[in-house]
Amino acid sequence: MIQSQEPQGFEKDTAILAMHGLCKSYYLGGEELRVLRDINLTITSGEYVAIMGPSGSGKSTLLNLIGCLDRPTQGDYLLGGQSVLTLDDDQLSMIRGERIGFVFQSFKLIAQLNVVENIEIPMYYQGVSEDASARRARELATLVGLGDRMRHRPYELSGGQQQRVSIARALANDPLIILADEPTGNLDSTSGADILAILDRLHGEGKTLIVVTHDEQIATNAERIIHLFDGRIAKEEFNRK
Amino acid sequence: MFNFRLKRIIKLGIKSLWMHRLRSTLTALGIIFGVSSVIAMLAIGEGASREAQEKIAQMGSRNIIVKTVSPPEDDTQGGQTQMLKEYGLTYADADRFQNGIPNVQVIVPNRRLLREAYYRNRKASIEVVGTVPWYPEISQVRVQRGRFLTATDLHYKQGVCVVDEGVVRKMFAFDDPLGQDIKIGGDYYRIVGVSTEQAAASTSKGMNARDASGATKAAGANAGAIYIPLNTVKDRFGETRLQGDSSNAFAMEKVELEEIIVQVRNIDQVMGTRQTVQTLMTRFHKKNDYQIIVPLELMQQARDFQRIFTIVLGSIAAISLLVGGIGIMNIMMATVSERTQEIGIRRALGAKKRDIVVQFLSETLLLTLSGGVLGIFLGCLIPFLVSTYGEMRTVITTESLVLAFGISTAVGIIFGLYPAMRAANMDPIESLRHE
Ligand SMILES: Nc1ncnc2c1ncn2[C@@H]1O[C@H](COP(=O)(O)OP(=O)(O)OP(=O)(O)O)[C@@H](O)[C@H]1O
Ligand SMILES: [Mg+2]
Repeated sequence: MIQSQEPQGFEKDTAILAMHGLCKSYYLGGEELRVLRDINLTITSGEYVAIMGPSGSGKSTLLNLIGCLDRPTQGDYLLGGQSVLTLDDDQLSMIRGERIGFVFQSFKLIAQLNVVENIEIPMYYQGVSEDASARRARELATLVGLGDRMRHRPYELSGGQQQRVSIARALANDPLIILADEPTGNLDSTSGADILAILDRLHGEGKTLIVVTHDEQIATNAERIIHLFDGRIAKEEFNRK
Repeated sequence: MFNFRLKRIIKLGIKSLWMHRLRSTLTALGIIFGVSSVIAMLAIGEGASREAQEKIAQMGSRNIIVKTVSPPEDDTQGGQTQMLKEYGLTYADADRFQNGIPNVQVIVPNRRLLREAYYRNRKASIEVVGTVPWYPEISQVRVQRGRFLTATDLHYKQGVCVVDEGVVRKMFAFDDPLGQDIKIGGDYYRIVGVSTEQAAASTSKGMNARDASGATKAAGANAGAIYIPLNTVKDRFGETRLQGDSSNAFAMEKVELEEIIVQVRNIDQVMGTRQTVQTLMTRFHKKNDYQIIVPLELMQQARDFQRIFTIVLGSIAAISLLVGGIGIMNIMMATVSERTQEIGIRRALGAKKRDIVVQFLSETLLLTLSGGVLGIFLGCLIPFLVSTYGEMRTVITTESLVLAFGISTAVGIIFGLYPAMRAANMDPIESLRHE
């Protein structure tokens, strides 16, 4: 589906991201709340990883760190062989826009914009021309099965359809990594299955997928399952297929 | 690249303003009224000031005008008024000015009386000016047809006159006035010339003070004026008449001259000469029966007043724009907090802080700029209506347009920047979580 010229350090089966001794703490009233402790994690290009764990174990926090939305308190994080910690806000924004696609549990579509316009947002910030971005947005909408809903606003769509828009949007700039935080958490099982199928297809096309989930089905589809418990990686499982 | 970005930024801005049409309109109204009131007020102020300056200039900036005024009644006679009240400027005063003041170029002594004039079956109340042949030198009055009064007319007390266009309009609808006779107070005067009208301001004040005797006086110069040799007026009209404003019907008053106009050679000599005139007058007049008017001084006062007026207007305008700006800031703060999640989404999808600043600032600027443009239209419309229906002169200066538009834009930037920065500096994760 998507032909990507892989930049340096992102070849298939090499470490696309690596975390060493990563910690994240919040300070509430002077008291340290250690949300992530000593995370060591390497993910290779094209891998399909599920992150599981009880509520409050730090899954979302970890995903935000991976997506450069947040900065770690301690430790090192290399993305494509480059340390992220030294980058400034503009450079992090650039990475988010170019290399990362986010899919959220509650879709996070902009209510005033229609399907195509929502999908166009990431391209707008990368300076893609109006024509090119409109064309690509329509392609992506068709791809996720919303070819006949392009002018609809988010509130005119079902949850499953909204989540498909959000996936299409995540794909807009042809990112290397797709991060999804409980993408099926707000959906019924049929809609959830649609989303799973799309994720599977993306994996088949060589995307690196990192999905936070409680969904056993996703876990069985993924190649690796990381179990978080109380901010630590408690267990890693590899699925053989 | 920049142009292409700018176009999309504007599009995005218009779109989100359009989404909140009512709110945007109400916000822009603050700026519209601010800008239009600045322009309108300055236009009205400027018009009034120019009018005043021109009127004063018509009185002659090198002139010093001394006028007769009726002195306040003194009660030394124990409540009983004199039968003959003698006051005002005299020929002796004119001689003193002529001989005692250096720098004098010309002196014009005048009589000014309000009389009924008759021509055939027409009758009008006009101002009779008894004057000298060089009167046009110190006034705006110019002969248009025929001639003005001459030294011979003056010397031989001829019954001739020059009428101004006001009189022509009133009394000679179709006839050629030249060579006709006009009747005033039982005597006929041959019309030898037609002149332009005199400036309103040069007469009105003295006339009101002095000529309560006449019929109700028409406003300003529109009454029309007729110029007759001074000596002729002295002879035929005399210098005494019934005192009009007295309770005593038989009280008389005697006035030699209503006005003496002193013109100096050079504008720098005006203030010094005024001093000399004042000194001469206080020495020879015990009663307070005269008034000295210096147009140059009035002009300076008018200018000073205009400066204060402009400062006051400017401050009011600045305050109204400030209020408009605060309104905009208030709305933008509300907009930002309402759109917190959108900001988080955009940040997660690759928007830099700068992009967010630009997005919100451009919305504010679109509001203030369009408010500014509409404000200019309204601001030009108001003075236009005032001039058309209010018969008031207004002058819209380019400076006022630039000023108003500049201030409104500055207000937009200043009050838009803070909400925009606040939007940009929000933590992406927290704003994403915001519902
Ligand atoms: N901004 C914050 N300030 C303080 N504490 C925070 C903040 N964000 C998260 N936490 C805390 O960090 C811990 C981990 O939160 P996180 O959202 O990563 O959990 P999670 O594993 O995603 O849970 P869930 O499955 O319920 O989504 C929680 O205890 C939470 O209270
Ligand atoms: Mg979570």
